Amino acid sequence: MNLMPNAHDILFRTLADPTRRAIFERLCREGEQTVGALTIQAKVSQPAVSKHLGLLKEAGLVRDRHEGRQTHYSAQLGALAPLIDWTSQMTGFWQGRFDQLEDLLRRMDQ
Amino acid sequence: MNQAATETRSVVVEREVPYAPEKIWRALTQPHLIEEWQMKNDFRPAVDHRFNFRGDWGSVDCRVLTIEPTETLSYTWDAMGLESVVTWTLTPTAAGTHLRMEQAGFKPDQNQAYQGAKFGWQKFFAKLEEVVKKEA
Repeated sequence: MNLMPNAHDILFRTLADPTRRAIFERLCREGEQTVGALTIQAKVSQPAVSKHLGLLKEAGLVRDRHEGRQTHYSAQLGALAPLIDWTSQMTGFWQGRFDQLEDLLRRMDQ
Repeated sequence: MNQAATETRSVVVEREVPYAPEKIWRALTQPHLIEEWQMKNDFRPAVDHRFNFRGDWGSVDCRVLTIEPTETLSYTWDAMGLESVVTWTLTPTAAGTHLRMEQAGFKPDQNQAYQGAKFGWQKFFAKLEEVVKKEA
């Protein structure tokens, strides 16, 4: 396996879990939510949701805000910076295409 | 950076390839050859011709802008919120051809960033889930 930079490592590990990713995506789509509201949709128990939120928080992907007895969570989109740069995405895409093009050129008749 | 509001960025990939421009031109402009290294398509080398690239993750809407056989090919490249122009430039060298691809028009706007993220996620996560499973 290739070594990834540390920040990528944490980000990828955190989001690679489908349940955790679903919670994060929901916060992105719908804005700030309480643990209770997230649990209703998550199909897992409240302690499990809390644990996922804790890991998302460690990765910098969510922030919590206490209000009375409730904790509200919101998505921190800035943490996604390594993934949202179109130019680096497309550079990787085109480098792959160049490899395939060269491969084709090797196989083509003169 | 003196025009931050309208600033767009480009992606440039360049490579020296040991083949004549004529041969590379065929690979860039014949649909069955394009499909072999890029995607399914209905490209035709005619200015203003509209065509698509179709990949397993979606499709790209294109329109031919420039055709200068064996030298320059450019087309629009619109997909997932991205409105860009792809330009291929072929320059003969002693050993073959200097092939340059520039994709221009990346804007620092939110929708593009969001769509880019979606694209990135699709691409990365299928593999990452496998990696994580193996490591668990």
